[in-house]
Amino acid sequence: MLNYVMRRALLALLVALTVSFGTFALFYFATDPAQTIAGEDAPQEMVEAIRVQYGFDRPITVQYLDWLGGVLQGDFGQSYFWKQPVVELIREHAKVTLLLAFSALAVTILIALPLGISAALRPNSWVDRFALSTAVSAQAIPNFWLGLMLIILFAVTFPIFPVSGDSSWRHYVLPALVLGASSVPAVMRLTRTGLLDVMGSDYIRTARAKGFTGYRLIVRQALRNALLPIVSVLAVQLGNKLGGSIVTESVFSMNGLGRLAVESIFNSDIPTVQSLILLFVLTFVLLTLAADLINAWLDPRIRMG
Amino acid sequence: MSTESLLEIRDLSVTLPTDSSALRAVRGVSLDLRRGETLGIVGESGSGKSMTALALMNLLPPAARRQAAAIRFGDDDLAAMGEKDLAGRVRGRRIGMIFQEPMTSLNPVYTIGRQLIETMTIHGGTSVAAARRRAIELLEKVGLPDPASRLKQYPHEMSGGQRQRVMIAMALMNEPELLIADEPTTALDVTIQAQILHLLSELQRELGMAMILITHDLGVVSRAADRIAVMYAGDIVETGTTEAVLSAPRHPYTQGLLECVPGYREASARRLGSIPGIVPSMTGEIRGCAFAARCPRAVPRCHQEDPPRRPVAAGQSDGAARSFVCHDPEETRGRGFAGGDTATGPAIRRGGDSVLRVDDASCTFSVRRGLFGKRKPLRALDRVSLDIRKGEVLALVGESGCGKTTLTRTIMGLQTPDAGTVTLAGRPLGEQPARQRARLIQPIFQDPYSSLNPRQTIGDLIRRPLVINRLGDAREQRARVHRMMDYVGLPSRVFNSFPDQLSGGQRQRAAIARALILDPEIVICDEPTSALDVSVQAQILNLLLDLRDELDLTYLFVTHDLSVVRHLADRVAVMYLGEIVECGPGEQVLNRPKHPYTRALLDSALSIEPSLGVPAPDLAGDFPNPMNRPSGCPFHPRCPLADQRCRQRVPATETLDGTLVKCWKADTPPPSGPLDVRPDHNNKEDAAP
Repeated sequence: MLNYVMRRALLALLVALTVSFGTFALFYFATDPAQTIAGEDAPQEMVEAIRVQYGFDRPITVQYLDWLGGVLQGDFGQSYFWKQPVVELIREHAKVTLLLAFSALAVTILIALPLGISAALRPNSWVDRFALSTAVSAQAIPNFWLGLMLIILFAVTFPIFPVSGDSSWRHYVLPALVLGASSVPAVMRLTRTGLLDVMGSDYIRTARAKGFTGYRLIVRQALRNALLPIVSVLAVQLGNKLGGSIVTESVFSMNGLGRLAVESIFNSDIPTVQSLILLFVLTFVLLTLAADLINAWLDPRIRMG
Repeated sequence: MSTESLLEIRDLSVTLPTDSSALRAVRGVSLDLRRGETLGIVGESGSGKSMTALALMNLLPPAARRQAAAIRFGDDDLAAMGEKDLAGRVRGRRIGMIFQEPMTSLNPVYTIGRQLIETMTIHGGTSVAAARRRAIELLEKVGLPDPASRLKQYPHEMSGGQRQRVMIAMALMNEPELLIADEPTTALDVTIQAQILHLLSELQRELGMAMILITHDLGVVSRAADRIAVMYAGDIVETGTTEAVLSAPRHPYTQGLLECVPGYREASARRLGSIPGIVPSMTGEIRGCAFAARCPRAVPRCHQEDPPRRPVAAGQSDGAARSFVCHDPEETRGRGFAGGDTATGPAIRRGGDSVLRVDDASCTFSVRRGLFGKRKPLRALDRVSLDIRKGEVLALVGESGCGKTTLTRTIMGLQTPDAGTVTLAGRPLGEQPARQRARLIQPIFQDPYSSLNPRQTIGDLIRRPLVINRLGDAREQRARVHRMMDYVGLPSRVFNSFPDQLSGGQRQRAAIARALILDPEIVICDEPTSALDVSVQAQILNLLLDLRDELDLTYLFVTHDLSVVRHLADRVAVMYLGEIVECGPGEQVLNRPKHPYTRALLDSALSIEPSLGVPAPDLAGDFPNPMNRPSGCPFHPRCPLADQRCRQRVPATETLDGTLVKCWKADTPPPSGPLDVRPDHNNKEDAAP
């Protein structure tokens, strides 16, 4: 197990380093930060002065290592647009996104797992058909439309929840539903096919021949095997929610990282964009690592292989 | 054996819904089993034998429907019992079950210990500690050393044979009155098969259990069963004591099955008998005898009226009922399945010039375990020399993992040896372009279900090699394909069919046609019949021998089935851990084996001999992990003759009576009687990687 953990962690670290260099290089080659800071029409001397002042004239490797050193100490640089440290910006917005992402994940799990499991236990029954049609419609409905519909229904017609904002838990209910619903089809389908596979396997037949049946058969024999693919897909879905809830945040006017990303792109705020991209990528790297480790804990073949 | 009845099945039927109509997988089966008795259920795939067993405990797939007048088991009627009672009182407790696939039948995420212990604790009344003691005791009994530490292992840390032992221990945890073994040894090597069967029969005697042994292998059933039930198309067509049924079969199907088995009839020079056609699909209304369409004795009455069950005068003191279901028409008595006497096979000795030579070929793969683990060499081939002579059938025999596949890949040029050479038609293989090589050597693989591209039609599949080699225009190519299909016995109407529309036998015929269309010198047959039923196997073996004579072919025949080897091989090469340990003329190697390993393989092969029983295995333990090659002679840890010299020094190859043999003890006469059963020295390192 220790061997496996070390191998995965080392791999994750390498990926993180590669990606950090990639994002850095992208901005180094694609933009002229001195020009951006100085403004479109600034005289050339001023641009050059800024270039020297900010150290943009140094070789890329030096700048990268300088930046990386800062990042490791929690210094992501200064936002050009908001004129404050990027770390503070991220800290302010991350709370909203974290809360939204995890409550959305809870919504996904609470809908997708029970639906997928009951569909798998009775294939081709009405439960199964209901689950599959739910999945198809959820896949087809765009996020923003579902968001608007929920606002009209539960915030305007029946004002149970606030229309927009992020100041109380009530503000999170509708966006979490919208964001959570978007992952339901993928997770539900995988739960269904995964569990169907497991239930049709030889070792479940063995367990039945030993006297396992009903609830005990599922919980004590099938569940652990069926969880393996679900853990992986949930990690990816959570990554999407942490990084990509731009539409939902916009519809509900929530001040999360998605909004921050959109605004800093519009305002060419390179340090912020750069930091956010790095943050999103690292989130994925960490989540994948976490999923791998959970699966290794669940499945001896992985941790001992 | 007591005469007390344990199980009485009356009129059991299982139907499976299909898209159009219901498939009648089991049709009115009635069976009796006494305490302590072993009943063998034999039949080809699709005959309903597994369905019958699963139906007893209602373990059928969810869609299947079961009907029975009664399934009396002791004082209970299993047919009337609900799921809860069956699970709580019968399954795993009074009836234990072993399945065919040891590799997939254990839950991969839980330890062996947990899976053994829960078999007892789930039925209540037993503490975990007591169940643990029982598990250790049983693992010891099934021949796994160091059972206490085994409990902490996971299934993937064990080899197939070891897992099957665990399955057996699991089925025996609650001392069931009945053990159902569904093809318990089919997925295993012959040496392991003999060990497992021997173990089962000993445990059965010891515990006084009754057993239902389901198998397609008439050799296995002849050794292990007291009584036999032959199933065909969902019904029992003949039943009686093993001795009686196998020595004087009354139903034409039983006769046909036996005729298909290589070596059942003395004269190996004769063609095998074969049953024409395939098992009919049992859907809709069935009139007359289900076997009539394939039966050489069928008369019009057979197609119209259901055949009666005919008792045969028993005469035996145990009173075992003997009966068969057949019209048994007077007018066609004496007609059989004999395959005719087109004398082929080893009677005609062949072997001209060498067409392919392998000289001192070695092949080593390096395998790394873990992140910081060292790369370890895995020697798949160790200085192998072999020559294949024009027109002969050279059989290559050995257990899985012995390097057979690496050797055939090397011969086909798909694997470059690290050392040594392969010479084809006088030129080194490496110097010949791939297309040229492919025209001279063609393979036929084991599994016709996966070796044919499912998206190509049969015609395209067979034609493909001609297209790749740009031989002839489209018209000529098609004509050649049709001619080849004719040769291999494929009806021309399947030209535009896809592989999944064909039966297993037809697919293998297509694979043969594809291999032969380039008119190769050598055909490498890699277990070409082991995925097929015995009746189809007979057809394919006959076909291969016919084609050899007509097209002047040379075969390298890779197989683990020694009865097949005996039937068709001119010469035999035996492989063990990447080495050829014995190689010589067929009758020499098979009748006067020199190497103790060859001897053990031959002893493990179960021919149809009802009077013999299952032999005590003289080969201990599993096939070793090639990563941990024993020192000296690689066979010494399992060899009953091994001494100090064998443990230390690698034996040289020497020639004895025209046979090449690699053993220090080759000139030692074989000990008489069964050899000592050596303790299983396997440890973790010997388990499957």
